Amino acid sequence: MNKIQLPFDDQTILALKVGDPLYLSGVMVTGRDTVHKWMVDTFIKKTRPPAGDDLQVYQAIQPLLAGSCIYHCGPVVSGLDTQEYRFVAAGPTTSSREEPYQGDVMRHFKIQGVIGKGGMGPKTLQACAEVPGVYLHAIGGAASLIAQTVKRVLGVYKLEFGVPEAMWVIEVEDFPVVVTMDAHGNSLHAEVAQRSKAVLDELLAKA
Amino acid sequence: MQDLTSEILELVRLTSTDLPPDVEAALREATQAEEPGSAARNALDTILMNVELSRRNSTPICQDTGTPIFFVRYPEGWSTRQLRAQIENAVAEATRKAYLRPNAVDSLSGKNSGNNLGDDHFPTVHFEEVEGEALTIELILKGGGCENVGAQYSLPNAALGAGRDLAGVRKVVLDAVHKAQGQGCAPGILGVAVGGDRGTSYLASKEALLRRLDQPSDDPELAELEQRLTQEANQLEIGPMGFGGKTTVLATKMTSLHRLPASFFVTISYMCWAYRRRKMTLRNGQVSYE
Ligand code: SF4
Repeated sequence: MNKIQLPFDDQTILALKVGDPLYLSGVMVTGRDTVHKWMVDTFIKKTRPPAGDDLQVYQAIQPLLAGSCIYHCGPVVSGLDTQEYRFVAAGPTTSSREEPYQGDVMRHFKIQGVIGKGGMGPKTLQACAEVPGVYLHAIGGAASLIAQTVKRVLGVYKLEFGVPEAMWVIEVEDFPVVVTMDAHGNSLHAEVAQRSKAVLDELLAKA
Repeated sequence: MQDLTSEILELVRLTSTDLPPDVEAALREATQAEEPGSAARNALDTILMNVELSRRNSTPICQDTGTPIFFVRYPEGWSTRQLRAQIENAVAEATRKAYLRPNAVDSLSGKNSGNNLGDDHFPTVHFEEVEGEALTIELILKGGGCENVGAQYSLPNAALGAGRDLAGVRKVVLDAVHKAQGQGCAPGILGVAVGGDRGTSYLASKEALLRRLDQPSDDPELAELEQRLTQEANQLEIGPMGFGGKTTVLATKMTSLHRLPASFFVTISYMCWAYRRRKMTLRNGQVSYE
Protein backbone atom coordinates (compact mmCIF):
# COMPACT_ATOMS: atom_id res chain seq x y z
CA MET A 1 0.00 0.00 0.00
CA ASN A 2 1.33 3.34 -1.11
CA LYS A 3 1.07 6.38 1.10
CA ILE A 4 1.05 9.62 -0.85
CA GLN A 5 1.56 13.12 0.48
CA LEU A 6 -0.16 15.77 -1.64
CA PRO A 7 0.72 17.69 -3.76
CA PHE A 8 2.03 15.14 -6.25
CA ASP A 9 5.18 15.48 -8.30
CA ASP A 10 5.52 14.28 -11.90
CA GLN A 11 7.82 11.44 -10.98
CA THR A 12 5.30 9.97 -8.53
CA ILE A 13 2.49 10.29 -11.05
CA LEU A 14 4.46 8.58 -13.79
CA ALA A 15 5.27 5.68 -11.49
CA LEU A 16 1.60 4.98 -10.74
CA LYS A 17 -0.24 2.31 -12.66
CA VAL A 18 -3.74 0.97 -12.96
CA GLY A 19 -4.67 -1.18 -9.97
CA ASP A 20 -2.41 0.54 -7.42
CA PRO A 21 -4.16 1.15 -4.09
CA LEU A 22 -3.13 4.46 -2.50
CA TYR A 23 -3.66 6.35 0.73
CA LEU A 24 -3.69 10.10 0.19
CA SER A 25 -2.84 12.74 2.78
CA GLY A 26 -2.83 16.50 2.35
CA VAL A 27 -5.07 19.22 1.00
CA MET A 28 -7.59 18.78 -1.81
CA VAL A 29 -10.71 20.50 -3.09
CA THR A 30 -14.16 19.10 -3.85
CA GLY A 31 -15.88 20.05 -7.08
CA ARG A 32 -18.67 18.56 -9.12
CA ASP A 33 -21.17 19.54 -11.80
CA THR A 34 -21.75 23.23 -11.08
CA VAL A 35 -18.09 23.88 -10.28
CA HIS A 36 -16.82 22.29 -13.48
CA LYS A 37 -19.27 24.20 -15.61
CA TRP A 38 -18.44 27.42 -13.76
CA MET A 39 -14.68 26.88 -14.24
CA VAL A 40 -14.99 26.20 -17.95
CA ASP A 41 -17.53 28.92 -18.72
CA THR A 42 -15.80 31.64 -16.68
CA PHE A 43 -12.08 30.97 -16.99
CA ILE A 44 -11.39 28.52 -19.80
CA LYS A 45 -13.91 29.06 -22.61
CA LYS A 46 -14.83 32.46 -21.15
CA THR A 47 -18.40 32.34 -22.40
CA ARG A 48 -19.54 34.35 -19.39
CA PRO A 49 -17.75 37.25 -17.68
CA PRO A 50 -16.56 36.78 -14.10
CA ALA A 51 -19.12 38.07 -11.61
CA GLY A 52 -19.35 38.53 -7.84
CA ASP A 53 -16.35 36.97 -6.10
CA ASP A 54 -15.38 34.80 -9.11
CA LEU A 55 -11.92 36.29 -9.53
CA GLN A 56 -11.04 36.14 -5.83
CA VAL A 57 -12.16 32.53 -5.71
CA TYR A 58 -10.12 31.78 -8.80
CA GLN A 59 -7.00 33.16 -7.17
CA ALA A 60 -7.64 31.29 -3.97
CA ILE A 61 -8.19 27.88 -5.56
CA GLN A 62 -5.38 28.02 -8.12
CA PRO A 63 -2.54 27.25 -5.69
CA LEU A 64 -4.70 24.65 -3.92
CA LEU A 65 -5.43 22.74 -7.10
CA ALA A 66 -2.00 22.87 -8.74
CA GLY A 67 -0.41 19.44 -8.34
CA SER A 68 -3.21 18.27 -6.11
CA CYS A 69 -6.62 16.63 -6.48
CA ILE A 70 -10.13 17.64 -7.32
CA TYR A 71 -12.62 15.36 -5.62
CA HIS A 72 -16.01 14.68 -7.22
CA CYS A 73 -18.00 14.75 -4.04
CA GLY A 74 -21.13 16.37 -2.68
CA PRO A 75 -20.70 15.91 1.07
CA VAL A 76 -23.06 15.95 4.03
CA VAL A 77 -21.63 18.70 6.24
CA SER A 78 -22.55 19.55 9.80
CA GLY A 79 -22.04 22.91 11.51
CA LEU A 80 -23.58 24.89 8.66
CA ASP A 81 -25.14 27.37 11.07
CA THR A 82 -22.03 27.92 13.22
CA GLN A 83 -19.53 27.58 10.35
CA GLU A 84 -17.68 24.99 12.38
CA TYR A 85 -17.83 22.67 9.42
CA ARG A 86 -17.34 18.96 9.74
CA PHE A 87 -17.68 16.33 7.01
CA VAL A 88 -20.24 13.76 8.10
CA ALA A 89 -20.51 11.74 4.90
CA ALA A 90 -18.32 12.24 1.89
CA GLY A 91 -18.19 9.47 -0.70
CA PRO A 92 -17.50 10.07 -4.39
CA THR A 93 -20.11 10.96 -6.99
CA THR A 94 -20.26 9.65 -10.56
CA SER A 95 -17.41 11.22 -12.52
CA SER A 96 -18.59 10.66 -16.07
CA ARG A 97 -20.80 13.74 -15.87
CA GLU A 98 -17.61 15.84 -15.80
CA GLU A 99 -16.12 14.19 -18.87
CA PRO A 100 -16.90 17.14 -21.17
CA TYR A 101 -15.01 19.49 -18.81
CA GLN A 102 -12.41 17.51 -16.93
CA GLY A 103 -9.54 17.44 -19.40
CA ASP A 104 -9.59 21.21 -19.89
CA VAL A 105 -9.92 21.81 -16.16
CA MET A 106 -6.94 19.53 -15.44
CA ARG A 107 -4.75 21.32 -17.98
CA HIS A 108 -5.82 24.80 -16.89
CA PHE A 109 -5.27 24.27 -13.17
CA LYS A 110 -2.50 21.62 -13.45
CA ILE A 111 -4.61 19.18 -11.48
CA GLN A 112 -2.79 15.87 -11.19
CA GLY A 113 -5.37 13.74 -9.45
CA VAL A 114 -9.04 13.41 -10.24
CA ILE A 115 -10.95 11.49 -7.56
CA GLY A 116 -14.41 10.10 -8.14
CA LYS A 117 -16.24 6.96 -9.04
CA GLY A 118 -17.05 5.08 -12.20
CA GLY A 119 -14.06 6.31 -14.18
CA MET A 120 -13.95 8.72 -17.10
CA GLY A 121 -13.58 8.65 -20.85
CA PRO A 122 -10.94 9.23 -23.53
CA LYS A 123 -10.72 13.02 -23.15
CA THR A 124 -9.74 12.73 -19.52
CA LEU A 125 -7.41 9.82 -20.26
CA GLN A 126 -5.68 12.03 -22.82
CA ALA A 127 -5.31 14.85 -20.27
CA CYS A 128 -3.86 12.34 -17.77
CA ALA A 129 -1.12 11.59 -20.30
CA GLU A 130 -0.43 15.28 -20.95
CA VAL A 131 -0.54 16.96 -17.54
CA PRO A 132 0.49 14.21 -16.30
CA GLY A 133 -2.20 12.99 -13.97
CA VAL A 134 -4.18 10.00 -12.78
CA TYR A 135 -7.79 9.14 -12.10
CA LEU A 136 -8.29 7.79 -8.61
CA HIS A 137 -11.34 5.71 -7.81
CA ALA A 138 -12.75 6.11 -4.31
CA ILE A 139 -15.17 3.54 -2.93
CA GLY A 140 -18.64 4.65 -3.94
CA GLY A 141 -20.96 4.95 -1.00
CA ALA A 142 -18.24 4.56 1.64
CA ALA A 143 -19.25 7.95 2.90
CA SER A 144 -18.83 7.66 6.67
CA LEU A 145 -15.46 6.00 6.32
CA ILE A 146 -14.12 8.59 3.91
CA ALA A 147 -15.51 11.42 6.05
CA GLN A 148 -13.38 10.09 8.91
CA THR A 149 -10.25 10.57 6.83
CA VAL A 150 -11.18 14.25 6.44
CA LYS A 151 -9.31 15.73 9.38
CA ARG A 152 -10.22 19.36 8.83
CA VAL A 153 -12.36 21.54 6.64
CA LEU A 154 -10.09 24.45 5.80
CA GLY A 155 -12.68 26.52 4.00
CA VAL A 156 -15.45 26.62 1.46
CA TYR A 157 -15.94 28.57 -1.76
CA LYS A 158 -19.13 29.12 -3.71
CA LEU A 159 -21.41 27.90 -0.99
CA GLU A 160 -24.19 29.60 -2.94
CA PHE A 161 -24.01 26.63 -5.36
CA GLY A 162 -25.48 24.55 -2.51
CA VAL A 163 -23.74 22.30 0.02
CA PRO A 164 -23.19 19.39 -2.38
CA GLU A 165 -22.00 21.63 -5.23
CA ALA A 166 -19.71 24.01 -3.33
CA MET A 167 -15.91 23.79 -3.34
CA TRP A 168 -14.82 22.48 0.03
CA VAL A 169 -11.14 22.72 0.85
CA ILE A 170 -10.28 19.75 3.01
CA GLU A 171 -7.27 18.21 4.66
CA VAL A 172 -7.33 14.43 4.51
CA GLU A 173 -5.28 11.70 6.07
CA ASP A 174 -5.03 8.22 4.55
CA PHE A 175 -7.90 8.67 2.14
CA PRO A 176 -8.20 5.27 0.36
CA VAL A 177 -8.34 5.19 -3.46
CA VAL A 178 -7.37 2.93 -6.35
CA VAL A 179 -5.64 4.13 -9.52
CA THR A 180 -7.98 3.16 -12.35
CA MET A 181 -6.62 5.45 -15.10
CA ASP A 182 -2.93 6.20 -15.32
CA ALA A 183 -0.70 8.63 -17.19
CA HIS A 184 0.29 5.96 -19.70
CA GLY A 185 -3.02 5.58 -21.47
CA ASN A 186 -4.33 2.66 -19.41
CA SER A 187 -7.88 2.56 -18.10
CA LEU A 188 -9.26 -0.24 -15.97
CA HIS A 189 -12.75 0.96 -16.95
CA ALA A 190 -12.08 0.52 -20.65
CA GLU A 191 -10.66 -2.95 -19.99
CA VAL A 192 -13.62 -4.11 -17.90
CA ALA A 193 -16.08 -2.61 -20.39
CA GLN A 194 -14.49 -4.48 -23.25
CA ARG A 195 -14.27 -7.81 -21.46
CA SER A 196 -17.83 -7.64 -20.15
CA LYS A 197 -19.12 -6.69 -23.61
CA ALA A 198 -17.70 -9.90 -25.04
CA VAL A 199 -19.50 -11.93 -22.35
CA LEU A 200 -22.71 -9.96 -22.89
CA ASP A 201 -22.64 -10.75 -26.61
CA GLU A 202 -22.28 -14.44 -25.82
CA LEU A 203 -25.20 -14.31 -23.37
CA LEU A 204 -27.38 -12.42 -25.85
CA ALA A 205 -26.72 -15.06 -28.49
CA LYS A 206 -28.25 -17.69 -26.15
CA ALA A 207 -32.01 -18.14 -25.94
CA MET B 1 -55.07 11.14 14.83
CA GLN B 2 -51.75 10.21 16.39
CA ASP B 3 -48.73 12.40 15.59
CA LEU B 4 -46.01 10.13 14.20
CA THR B 5 -43.42 12.77 13.32
CA SER B 6 -40.77 11.62 15.78
CA GLU B 7 -41.36 7.96 14.91
CA ILE B 8 -40.94 8.78 11.23
CA LEU B 9 -37.79 10.75 12.03
CA GLU B 10 -36.42 7.59 13.65
CA LEU B 11 -37.37 5.64 10.51
CA VAL B 12 -35.38 8.10 8.41
CA ARG B 13 -32.38 7.92 10.77
CA LEU B 14 -32.44 4.14 10.77
CA THR B 15 -32.74 3.95 7.00
CA SER B 16 -29.93 6.37 6.32
CA THR B 17 -27.46 5.04 8.87
CA ASP B 18 -28.15 1.35 9.42
CA LEU B 19 -28.03 -1.00 6.42
CA PRO B 20 -30.64 -3.80 6.64
CA PRO B 21 -29.24 -7.15 7.87
CA ASP B 22 -30.10 -9.10 4.69
CA VAL B 23 -28.12 -6.65 2.54
CA GLU B 24 -25.14 -6.66 4.86
CA ALA B 25 -25.14 -10.47 4.94
CA ALA B 26 -25.20 -10.61 1.14
CA LEU B 27 -22.24 -8.21 0.98
CA ARG B 28 -20.33 -10.35 3.48
CA GLU B 29 -20.97 -13.41 1.39
CA ALA B 30 -19.78 -11.57 -1.70
CA THR B 31 -16.38 -10.83 -0.12
CA GLN B 32 -15.72 -14.56 0.06
CA ALA B 33 -15.90 -14.82 -3.73
CA GLU B 34 -13.22 -12.22 -4.37
CA GLU B 35 -9.49 -12.79 -4.39
CA PRO B 36 -7.82 -11.43 -1.20
CA GLY B 37 -5.82 -8.31 -2.06
CA SER B 38 -7.77 -7.63 -5.26
CA ALA B 39 -9.31 -4.21 -5.85
CA ALA B 40 -12.74 -5.87 -5.75
CA ARG B 41 -12.08 -7.45 -2.36
CA ASN B 42 -10.67 -4.23 -0.94
CA ALA B 43 -13.73 -2.36 -2.17
CA LEU B 44 -16.09 -4.78 -0.42
CA ASP B 45 -14.02 -4.73 2.77
CA THR B 46 -14.12 -0.93 2.75
CA ILE B 47 -17.87 -0.99 2.14
CA LEU B 48 -18.41 -3.29 5.14
CA MET B 49 -16.19 -1.17 7.38
CA ASN B 50 -18.20 1.83 6.29
CA VAL B 51 -21.47 0.04 7.10
CA GLU B 52 -20.29 -0.72 10.64
CA LEU B 53 -18.98 2.78 11.18
CA SER B 54 -22.22 4.39 10.00
CA ARG B 55 -24.26 2.22 12.32
CA ARG B 56 -22.00 2.94 15.28
CA ASN B 57 -21.84 6.70 14.74
CA SER B 58 -25.33 7.11 13.38
CA THR B 59 -24.03 8.86 10.25
CA PRO B 60 -25.29 8.39 6.69
CA ILE B 61 -24.04 5.23 5.01
CA CYS B 62 -23.74 7.20 1.79
CA GLN B 63 -23.64 10.97 1.43
CA ASP B 64 -26.16 10.74 -1.37
CA THR B 65 -29.19 10.11 0.76
CA GLY B 66 -31.21 10.12 -2.43
CA THR B 67 -34.87 10.65 -3.00
CA PRO B 68 -36.80 9.62 0.08
CA ILE B 69 -39.52 7.31 -1.27
CA PHE B 70 -42.23 6.44 1.24
CA PHE B 71 -44.81 3.70 0.87
CA VAL B 72 -47.57 4.21 3.41
CA ARG B 73 -50.25 1.58 4.01
CA TYR B 74 -52.87 2.89 6.37
CA PRO B 75 -56.10 1.51 7.86
CA GLU B 76 -59.38 3.28 7.31
CA GLY B 77 -59.75 6.57 9.15
CA TRP B 78 -56.30 8.10 8.72
CA SER B 79 -55.79 11.43 7.00
CA THR B 80 -53.20 11.15 4.23
CA ARG B 81 -52.93 14.94 4.23
CA GLN B 82 -51.85 14.92 7.87
CA LEU B 83 -49.57 11.92 7.35
CA ARG B 84 -47.89 13.72 4.50
CA ALA B 85 -47.33 16.79 6.68
CA GLN B 86 -45.79 14.61 9.39
CA ILE B 87 -43.53 12.92 6.87
CA GLU B 88 -42.40 16.31 5.56
CA ASN B 89 -41.68 17.58 9.06
CA ALA B 90 -39.67 14.45 9.83
CA VAL B 91 -37.69 14.78 6.58
CA ALA B 92 -36.85 18.44 7.25
CA GLU B 93 -35.77 17.58 10.80
CA ALA B 94 -33.67 14.65 9.56
CA THR B 95 -31.94 17.06 7.20
CA ARG B 96 -31.18 19.44 10.08
CA LYS B 97 -29.69 16.53 11.99
CA ALA B 98 -27.52 15.63 8.95
CA TYR B 99 -29.13 12.20 8.52
CA LEU B 100 -30.09 13.46 5.08
CA ARG B 101 -28.23 15.70 2.69
CA PRO B 102 -30.24 18.61 1.24
CA ASN B 103 -31.19 16.99 -2.05
CA ALA B 104 -34.25 18.76 -3.44
CA VAL B 105 -33.28 21.02 -6.33
CA ASP B 106 -35.73 23.24 -8.21
CA SER B 107 -35.37 22.04 -11.80
CA LEU B 108 -35.92 25.48 -13.29
CA SER B 109 -33.98 27.79 -10.98
CA GLY B 110 -31.38 25.20 -9.93
CA LYS B 111 -31.89 26.23 -6.33
CA ASN B 112 -31.56 23.65 -3.58
CA SER B 113 -34.41 24.04 -1.09
CA GLY B 114 -32.02 23.14 1.73
CA ASN B 115 -34.44 20.95 3.66
CA ASN B 116 -35.34 18.16 1.25
CA LEU B 117 -38.81 19.55 0.71
CA GLY B 118 -39.88 20.44 -2.78
CA ASP B 119 -43.15 20.13 -4.58
CA ASP B 120 -45.74 17.35 -4.27
CA HIS B 121 -43.17 14.75 -5.36
CA PHE B 122 -40.27 15.52 -3.05
CA PRO B 123 -40.22 13.56 -0.86
CA THR B 124 -42.16 10.96 -2.79
CA VAL B 125 -45.04 9.45 -0.83
CA HIS B 126 -47.27 6.64 -2.05
CA PHE B 127 -50.45 6.04 -0.04
CA GLU B 128 -52.62 2.97 -0.02
CA GLU B 129 -55.54 2.20 2.26
CA VAL B 130 -55.44 -1.35 3.55
CA GLU B 131 -57.61 -3.66 5.62
CA GLY B 132 -56.81 -4.38 9.25
CA GLU B 133 -55.49 -2.28 12.11
CA ALA B 134 -51.79 -1.85 11.35
CA LEU B 135 -50.24 1.17 9.68
CA THR B 136 -46.93 0.56 7.94
CA ILE B 137 -44.48 3.03 6.46
CA GLU B 138 -41.69 1.73 4.28
CA LEU B 139 -38.87 4.01 3.21
CA ILE B 140 -36.31 3.63 0.47
CA LEU B 141 -33.51 6.17 0.05
CA LYS B 142 -32.54 5.94 -3.57
CA GLY B 143 -29.39 7.76 -4.63
CA GLY B 144 -28.83 9.53 -7.91
CA GLY B 145 -25.92 7.44 -9.17
CA CYS B 146 -28.00 4.30 -9.34
CA GLU B 147 -31.24 6.05 -10.30
CA ASN B 148 -29.47 7.50 -13.33
CA VAL B 149 -28.71 4.04 -14.69
CA GLY B 150 -32.29 2.82 -14.38
CA ALA B 151 -33.69 1.97 -17.81
CA GLN B 152 -36.90 1.27 -19.63
CA TYR B 153 -37.07 -0.85 -22.78
CA SER B 154 -39.95 -1.16 -25.18
CA LEU B 155 -40.08 -4.64 -26.67
CA PRO B 156 -39.44 -5.87 -29.28
CA ASN B 157 -35.89 -4.50 -29.36
CA ALA B 158 -34.26 -5.44 -32.65
CA ALA B 159 -30.73 -4.38 -31.69
CA LEU B 160 -30.69 -6.82 -28.77
CA GLY B 161 -32.76 -9.49 -30.49
CA ALA B 162 -35.30 -9.20 -27.69
CA GLY B 163 -38.88 -10.26 -28.41
CA ARG B 164 -42.06 -9.86 -26.38
CA ASP B 165 -41.52 -12.73 -23.97
CA LEU B 166 -39.43 -13.58 -20.91
CA ALA B 167 -36.49 -14.51 -23.14
CA GLY B 168 -36.61 -10.94 -24.44
CA VAL B 169 -36.93 -9.59 -20.91
CA ARG B 170 -33.77 -11.47 -19.96
CA LYS B 171 -31.81 -9.87 -22.78
CA VAL B 172 -32.71 -6.29 -22.03
CA VAL B 173 -32.03 -6.71 -18.31
CA LEU B 174 -28.54 -8.03 -19.05
CA ASP B 175 -28.00 -5.09 -21.40
CA ALA B 176 -29.04 -2.68 -18.65
CA VAL B 177 -26.57 -4.25 -16.21
CA HIS B 178 -23.80 -3.95 -18.76
CA LYS B 179 -24.62 -0.30 -19.41
CA ALA B 180 -24.80 0.49 -15.69
CA GLN B 181 -21.24 -0.54 -15.07
CA GLY B 182 -19.13 1.80 -13.07
CA GLN B 183 -22.03 4.08 -12.34
CA GLY B 184 -24.45 2.53 -9.92
CA CYS B 185 -22.01 1.46 -7.19
CA ALA B 186 -22.07 -2.27 -7.78
CA PRO B 187 -22.80 -4.79 -6.44
CA GLY B 188 -26.37 -3.77 -7.08
CA ILE B 189 -29.87 -5.11 -6.74
CA LEU B 190 -32.24 -5.15 -9.73
CA GLY B 191 -35.90 -4.25 -9.44
CA VAL B 192 -37.56 -5.31 -12.68
CA ALA B 193 -41.14 -4.70 -13.80
CA VAL B 194 -42.57 -6.39 -16.87
CA GLY B 195 -45.58 -4.64 -18.44
CA GLY B 196 -47.63 -1.65 -17.28
CA ASP B 197 -47.40 1.76 -18.90
CA ARG B 198 -44.23 3.81 -18.68
CA GLY B 199 -45.21 5.33 -15.34
CA THR B 200 -46.65 2.33 -13.53
CA SER B 201 -43.78 0.19 -14.75
CA TYR B 202 -41.18 2.39 -13.09
CA LEU B 203 -43.18 2.52 -9.88
CA ALA B 204 -43.60 -1.26 -9.79
CA SER B 205 -39.88 -1.77 -10.43
CA LYS B 206 -39.19 0.26 -7.27
CA GLU B 207 -41.85 -1.51 -5.26
CA ALA B 208 -40.23 -4.82 -6.17
CA LEU B 209 -37.18 -3.55 -4.27
CA LEU B 210 -39.15 -3.64 -1.02
CA ARG B 211 -38.89 -7.44 -0.95
CA ARG B 212 -36.22 -9.03 1.17
CA LEU B 213 -33.23 -10.34 -0.74
CA ASP B 214 -34.07 -13.96 0.06
CA GLN B 215 -37.73 -13.60 -0.90
CA PRO B 216 -38.31 -14.77 -4.48
CA SER B 217 -41.22 -13.75 -6.69
CA ASP B 218 -44.49 -15.60 -6.04
CA ASP B 219 -44.60 -16.46 -9.70
CA PRO B 220 -42.45 -19.55 -10.32
CA GLU B 221 -41.44 -18.45 -13.81
CA LEU B 222 -40.31 -15.04 -12.59
CA ALA B 223 -38.61 -16.60 -9.57
CA GLU B 224 -36.57 -18.78 -11.91
CA LEU B 225 -35.67 -15.84 -14.13
CA GLU B 226 -34.62 -13.81 -11.08
CA GLN B 227 -32.09 -16.50 -10.21
CA ARG B 228 -30.84 -16.83 -13.74
CA LEU B 229 -30.44 -13.08 -14.20
CA THR B 230 -28.42 -12.69 -11.03
CA GLN B 231 -26.18 -15.54 -12.09
CA GLU B 232 -25.71 -14.32 -15.65
CA ALA B 233 -25.19 -10.70 -14.61
CA ASN B 234 -22.36 -11.94 -12.45
CA GLN B 235 -20.79 -13.73 -15.40
CA LEU B 236 -20.14 -10.27 -16.85
CA GLU B 237 -17.46 -9.90 -14.15
CA ILE B 238 -17.98 -6.17 -13.85
CA GLY B 239 -17.46 -6.61 -10.14
CA PRO B 240 -17.73 -4.35 -7.10
CA MET B 241 -17.33 -0.70 -8.17
CA GLY B 242 -16.73 -1.94 -11.71
CA PHE B 243 -13.19 -2.99 -10.73
CA GLY B 244 -13.72 -6.43 -12.29
CA GLY B 245 -14.73 -9.32 -10.04
CA LYS B 246 -17.27 -12.00 -9.28
CA THR B 247 -20.15 -10.07 -7.78
CA THR B 248 -21.94 -7.49 -9.89
CA VAL B 249 -25.51 -8.12 -8.77
CA LEU B 250 -26.59 -9.34 -5.32
CA ALA B 251 -30.19 -10.16 -6.26
CA THR B 252 -32.93 -9.61 -8.82
CA LYS B 253 -36.52 -8.82 -7.82
CA MET B 254 -39.15 -9.13 -10.55
CA THR B 255 -42.80 -8.33 -10.84
CA SER B 256 -45.33 -8.18 -13.66
CA LEU B 257 -48.24 -5.91 -14.53
CA HIS B 258 -51.00 -6.03 -17.07
CA ARG B 259 -50.19 -4.07 -20.20
CA LEU B 260 -51.87 -2.75 -23.31
CA PRO B 261 -51.88 -5.10 -26.30
CA ALA B 262 -49.68 -2.58 -28.13
CA SER B 263 -47.12 -2.04 -25.34
CA PHE B 264 -44.52 -4.27 -23.72
CA PHE B 265 -42.32 -2.32 -21.35
CA VAL B 266 -39.53 -3.74 -19.26
CA THR B 267 -38.33 -1.38 -16.56
CA ILE B 268 -35.21 -1.82 -14.52
CA SER B 269 -34.60 0.14 -11.36
CA TYR B 270 -31.02 -0.35 -10.34
CA MET B 271 -30.32 -0.13 -6.62
CA CYS B 272 -26.77 0.32 -5.42
CA TRP B 273 -25.20 -1.73 -2.61
CA ALA B 274 -26.27 1.07 -0.24
CA TYR B 275 -29.72 -0.46 -0.37
CA ARG B 276 -31.34 1.64 2.33
CA ARG B 277 -34.82 0.40 2.98
CA ARG B 278 -36.58 0.13 6.32
CA LYS B 279 -40.09 -0.34 7.59
CA MET B 280 -42.02 0.87 10.62
CA THR B 281 -45.24 -0.67 11.82
CA LEU B 282 -47.78 0.93 14.13
CA ARG B 283 -49.98 -1.63 15.82
CA ASN B 284 -52.10 -1.04 18.94
CA GLY B 285 -50.31 2.24 19.54
CA GLN B 286 -46.87 0.52 19.49
CA VAL B 287 -44.24 1.29 16.87
CA SER B 288 -41.73 -1.29 15.77
CA TYR B 289 -38.99 -1.13 13.12
CA GLU B 290 -37.52 -3.73 10.80
S1 SF4 C 1 -25.08 4.90 -6.22
FE1 SF4 C 1 -25.66 4.49 -4.10
S2 SF4 C 1 -23.77 4.05 -2.97
FE2 SF4 C 1 -23.25 5.02 -4.91
S3 SF4 C 1 -23.04 7.16 -4.41
FE3 SF4 C 1 -25.12 6.86 -5.16
S4 SF4 C 1 -26.35 6.42 -3.34
FE4 SF4 C 1 -24.21 6.21 -2.77
